Amino acid sequence: MTIQRYITGFALSLALTLVAYFLVINNAAHPLMLVILGVLAITQLAVQLMYFLHLGDEVGPRLKQLSFWFMALILIIVVVGSIWIMNNLNERMMHFSPTEKTKFMLTEYDKGF
Amino acid sequence: MSVQEEALEEKRLLSKTSIGFWLYLMTDCLLFATLFATFAVLRDATAGGPAGRDIYEMPLVLAETLILLTSSFACGLALIAMTQKNIRQVLIALGVTFILGATFLFIEVSEFVKLIGEGYGPQASAFLSAFFTLVGTHGLHVFIGLLWLTILAYAIWRRGITGKLTRQVTLFGLFWHFLDLIWIFVFTVVYLMGVVK
Repeated sequence: MTIQRYITGFALSLALTLVAYFLVINNAAHPLMLVILGVLAITQLAVQLMYFLHLGDEVGPRLKQLSFWFMALILIIVVVGSIWIMNNLNERMMHFSPTEKTKFMLTEYDKGF
Repeated sequence: MSVQEEALEEKRLLSKTSIGFWLYLMTDCLLFATLFATFAVLRDATAGGPAGRDIYEMPLVLAETLILLTSSFACGLALIAMTQKNIRQVLIALGVTFILGATFLFIEVSEFVKLIGEGYGPQASAFLSAFFTLVGTHGLHVFIGLLWLTILAYAIWRRGITGKLTRQVTLFGLFWHFLDLIWIFVFTVVYLMGVVK
């Protein structure tokens, strides 16, 4: 835990934040912008985990890393799964107007599950 | 107990308590994961109301982000000063952490008050409900962190740098860095991705 590591982490985070911000402000319509932003955020996550939270420094049984990767697995299942299922649902319901959608849901409900 | 034994005991205690606290942080991450998933699903459900890009004030959001990042850095400096047993530096660094954290929270709350005043409160659309819940939960964590910080700073001022307080400041540091990590994703997913066309 030295001051140099904190300064490195701080400088890298600052740079990544500013790059992400000005990229979006100047090219909001770029087709790959969502991917670029995701990559920048995950890079900054890695930087702060290493330089601020010292995740890689553990010796002995690596309980912090183990619990972190388990959490990451559950997180990805929850987030990606929710987005996938709900977008799929929206896509299948696209050709309905909101009133038709309600009517469809009600008749499905009456049929029972 | 000799000095070496005491240092060893202190190290053992710190690794034990920090593992417990780390596990809490991981569960808190999952809480935020569900809120992020909800937000991602509902971000286009604006019910005829404003979308994100119509209501976000991006320069202010960038300011919030930089302020919280600097606060996280100041907290790291407090941790270093704590291990060097430099009480003056500890209190100054914790003071800077507090002022920056409070500024962050002030900007966020005034953003909320302004939105609610314009009629874009959490009840206006599913998007706004998800927005207020996600950003508000992060803000609540920051608020609790500020309370914790105040209590710690008072204890250090009264009792000096003890082993127990060093452990507590280390845990607070983990919490504060963690809140900055969550904010990177609030900043990216809610605000930056919200203005992408």
